Amino acid sequence: MVKALKSREALLAASWIALIVIAGIVTPNFVTVQALRDLLTDLSILMVLALAQMIVILIRGIDLSVAANLAFTGMMVALIAVANPGLPTIVWPVLCIIIGTFIGMFNGLLVAELKIPPIVVTLGTMSVWRGMIFVVSGGAWVVQHQFPEGYLSVPRTPILGLTLFFWIGLIVTFGMWLMTTQTRFGRELYGMGGNPRAAEYAGVRVKHHEFWVYTITGALSGLCGWLWTSRYAMANTDVALGFELQTVAACVIGGVAISGGAGTIIGAVFGALFLGTLYNILPVIGVSQFWQQALSGAIILIAVYFNMISRKPPVRRILPQAASQGVQE
Amino acid sequence: MTMTVSSNNRPSLDAPSTISAGSMLKSREIVLIGLLILVFVGGDLSSPWFLDIYNLLDSTAIFSEIAMMALSTALVIICRDIDISMASVMALSSLMMGLASQSLGLGALPLCLVGLLTGAACGFFNGFLVTRLKMPAIVVTIGTMSLFRGVAAGVLGNEKIAHYPDAFAAIGQSYFMDMVPYSFITFVLLSIVFIIVIHYTTIGRSIFALGNNPEGALFSGIRTDRLRFILFTLNGLMAGLAAVFLTSRLGSTRPDIANGLEMEVITIVVLGGVSLNGGKGTISGVFIAALVIGFLRLAITLNNVPGNILIVFTGTLLVVSVALPIIGQKYLPRLSKKKSE
Repeated sequence: MVKALKSREALLAASWIALIVIAGIVTPNFVTVQALRDLLTDLSILMVLALAQMIVILIRGIDLSVAANLAFTGMMVALIAVANPGLPTIVWPVLCIIIGTFIGMFNGLLVAELKIPPIVVTLGTMSVWRGMIFVVSGGAWVVQHQFPEGYLSVPRTPILGLTLFFWIGLIVTFGMWLMTTQTRFGRELYGMGGNPRAAEYAGVRVKHHEFWVYTITGALSGLCGWLWTSRYAMANTDVALGFELQTVAACVIGGVAISGGAGTIIGAVFGALFLGTLYNILPVIGVSQFWQQALSGAIILIAVYFNMISRKPPVRRILPQAASQGVQE
Repeated sequence: MTMTVSSNNRPSLDAPSTISAGSMLKSREIVLIGLLILVFVGGDLSSPWFLDIYNLLDSTAIFSEIAMMALSTALVIICRDIDISMASVMALSSLMMGLASQSLGLGALPLCLVGLLTGAACGFFNGFLVTRLKMPAIVVTIGTMSLFRGVAAGVLGNEKIAHYPDAFAAIGQSYFMDMVPYSFITFVLLSIVFIIVIHYTTIGRSIFALGNNPEGALFSGIRTDRLRFILFTLNGLMAGLAAVFLTSRLGSTRPDIANGLEMEVITIVVLGGVSLNGGKGTISGVFIAALVIGFLRLAITLNNVPGNILIVFTGTLLVVSVALPIIGQKYLPRLSKKKSE
């Protein structure tokens, strides 16, 4: 099992590099140092958000509101930044994380406390926060020249050749890796995803964990709100529309089981890198960006199918087998 | 068997609880009628144009399309599955009708057939993935939601198709007796058909049996997978029908057509009292819920609230309509116990 997962991540990493090499052969401009740096900068947002989605899927949930959370937080903080340009830059990411955390807690309350299916909760909150962007902004855009200087320039600061964007992506990845592999909380998430009832009997505080997973996802989505508005120097109602589907696609490519309990942080990260690079290559090979969404959908279906047939069910299910025997008899 | 809903503790199915469930369903419809009256009172107080019979009937054209899909989605959810791809199915159906009209110059009737067939084919595809390849319905319809809409966006790009024959435009833009939109008549007729089939035939009983206990239903000889397959296809077909009315009413196909409607469909279903854990719900509840949401929408629009804010209302309504009964069940018994002490 461990070997299979390890080989999957190695395979993904190899295909990611192959993808870049092929793109480089078709268009040499794609593999210049500057272009690659830009690529990694672009990918960092998908990386962070895919990790946010990953821990939710890990416990058999789904969060469709991550992109709306990102867009709403981004707009809120952009508006605050425009009104108070004098504040130090560190305020913006902190504010984003705080707002995102509250949005996540709201999802967490509804899912963990009231036991409403996550897909319904997040479908609802997705619309609520998407609509709230219009309420707070009045439909206006925040554009490049309105942002305070530091808001745009600080995340672009190169450190060891890579922008702060990508370093944030790496730090989040490392943090999440630590959480899922080295802490009791993280290990118990796998148990919950594998078999929630058994986990509860084994003493896992399922409700508590569920709440905090949605909260962490919200916090990371909020952080992405800052990254996104800063990266594209823009905040409007349609920011990151449909981006939640890309995060799901990145996770399933990375081998995160939609039925919960299986998947690794490294897998999800390489899934995000692979998918994001693929999107960036589309225009290079002459395919309109309008096909992006169709590609996400096809990838989700194919990846889930292959995940399913490649992975033997972790628990032998007795009832369906008995049922099929019963029908044969 | 299906992974569509979280592993909630399902209420036990002994006799007392089914009786209370039955009375709860009845009270659900009374609550909904109360809500409907509230919407009418609120609408009348907030806008002098609300209680105008022409306005009211005209507004039915807007929600009837969504409400049709709610009928079949209710069945899908009663069977413990879920489908959130309907709005994207509509977009693809609308695209196919547009292409057929633009390049083949088809008449109104063949165009409708194209729309219906596209919808049914999309639903068939969903059903195939869920019941034959055994993939979870949530992720299948998340995938096809992206795929179908993406194909429409990819083919259309920034363009729109606005080339439709007049006879086709008449379907969604003309009125029965100059008053009632045909889509509303279709919705009412379909509701009656659904009520009869779901509540008075063995097919309907099989659907509830499947939703209450999939294994039990299988053991009692119901071909569960075939039933689910049919329901997914039916849901696609209804999305195709909705696309025919919507495309005809708008007279054009754009990549963002029907964007976000899946949320409104599910809101109507849930508000109508269909349990997300399967096995519970009535079509009459869904019918009244559709009227509530439709007229609430009219009342809000008449007060000059832009569409972008409208989704805040529907989103909140979705969450509240699921949360309230749960909160009630969870906390009210305790309160009444305290009172009796």
